[in-house]
Amino acid sequence: MPSISPADTTVETRFEELIAAEEKIEPTDWMPEGYRSTLIRQIAQHAHSEVIGMQPEGNWITRAPSLRRKAILMAKVQDEAGHGLYLYSAAETLGVTRDDLVHLLHTGRQKYSSIFNYPTLSWADMGAIGWLVDGAAITNQVMLTRCSYGPYSRAMVRICKEESFHQRQGYEIMLSLTRGTPAQREMAQDALDRWWWPSLMMFGPEDSDSTHSEQSMQWKIKRVSNDDLRQQFVDMTVPQADHLGLTVPDPELSWNADRGHYDHGAIDWDEFWTVVKGDGPMNRERIEHKVAAWEDNAWVRNAALAHAAGRLEP
Amino acid sequence: MAYSVPRMEGDDTVAFEGQGDTPMWEVFIRQRRGLSHSHVGSLHAPDAETAVQHARDVYTRRREGVSIWVVPSSSIHAFDPDDAESFIEANEKPYRHATHYEIPDEVGHM
Repeated sequence: MPSISPADTTVETRFEELIAAEEKIEPTDWMPEGYRSTLIRQIAQHAHSEVIGMQPEGNWITRAPSLRRKAILMAKVQDEAGHGLYLYSAAETLGVTRDDLVHLLHTGRQKYSSIFNYPTLSWADMGAIGWLVDGAAITNQVMLTRCSYGPYSRAMVRICKEESFHQRQGYEIMLSLTRGTPAQREMAQDALDRWWWPSLMMFGPEDSDSTHSEQSMQWKIKRVSNDDLRQQFVDMTVPQADHLGLTVPDPELSWNADRGHYDHGAIDWDEFWTVVKGDGPMNRERIEHKVAAWEDNAWVRNAALAHAAGRLEP
Repeated sequence: MAYSVPRMEGDDTVAFEGQGDTPMWEVFIRQRRGLSHSHVGSLHAPDAETAVQHARDVYTRRREGVSIWVVPSSSIHAFDPDDAESFIEANEKPYRHATHYEIPDEVGHM
């Protein structure tokens, strides 16, 4: 048992001792306002990403090449909705309402992962997204299972169990295409060319430019730095691309035997910030679609409430 | 505990109809026969029947359970964390634990 002071020490000390002892912080515990607001911002952004993330893939459900692929894609998109709900549920334990968060998303004051502001132009993008985007998400989320906030950490455990299917089905699509006709191989390479760099950007700015990182690391909300996570992802993914016989679109990519890691070329951070600030290829369309879906389906929520109220009356 | 939503100029002009009236439910799942129901998370639903259906869709897509309970979140009454010292008092009574007693090895397992 780690030694934790009795309750008569100050709440701040107790909080810090719990963090130092690798114990989880639970909703009813005292926590610094900065810890609470950082978690609300991060969990909300994560939840929004899952929900907006349904759009690029939903785009291909009706055009999936077989019934098997269609059933798989629908199950994956349904999982993303579920992941969004686990995360909103975790955020609500911090004293924020679902309505607040949805409203902040719809009015552009909370963001979602920029990766979903790129368009899905071909079926191969379903492969590249599962393999690369979900692969990058898993790298980040495995770290977050060790996050100091209990409800967030538990949501991550649940999500990570399901993400593995997402990545494997994507890689399987890439395998099928690369073993197919020359046109199919070309389609797979084109998808890798377009999704590689945005996937590396998913880990966020370089450590030297990351504004929230240091405090989040101290609070054990974040356990591994952006650059280290990105390196993990590159090291894991390059051999998988080799196996597919595809070329990673980075002429500077090379194995560095001294470091025991791959070196990669410079990331175009101007592109990253352009997309973050709202001028990516799909930013406006994604939010417009989300708001329209919310508004068009208001009658369903209202009908369900009216039905429940009607049954309460004798 | 309330979190104040950052305000933005012109905010009041943005129409937003939320789910404000939709109650929150805590979800408990029995993973398999022989185990207790365990808390897995929460969700919003207008009534208990819909809450159970939503819980099935959100929390048991891969046969994670054989039984679901939903409880209105407002019905959960919790221990005050400021009373944590009462747990510490309990810790001061080591004679309640079997390991407190020394039994000679020759006696064997007890």
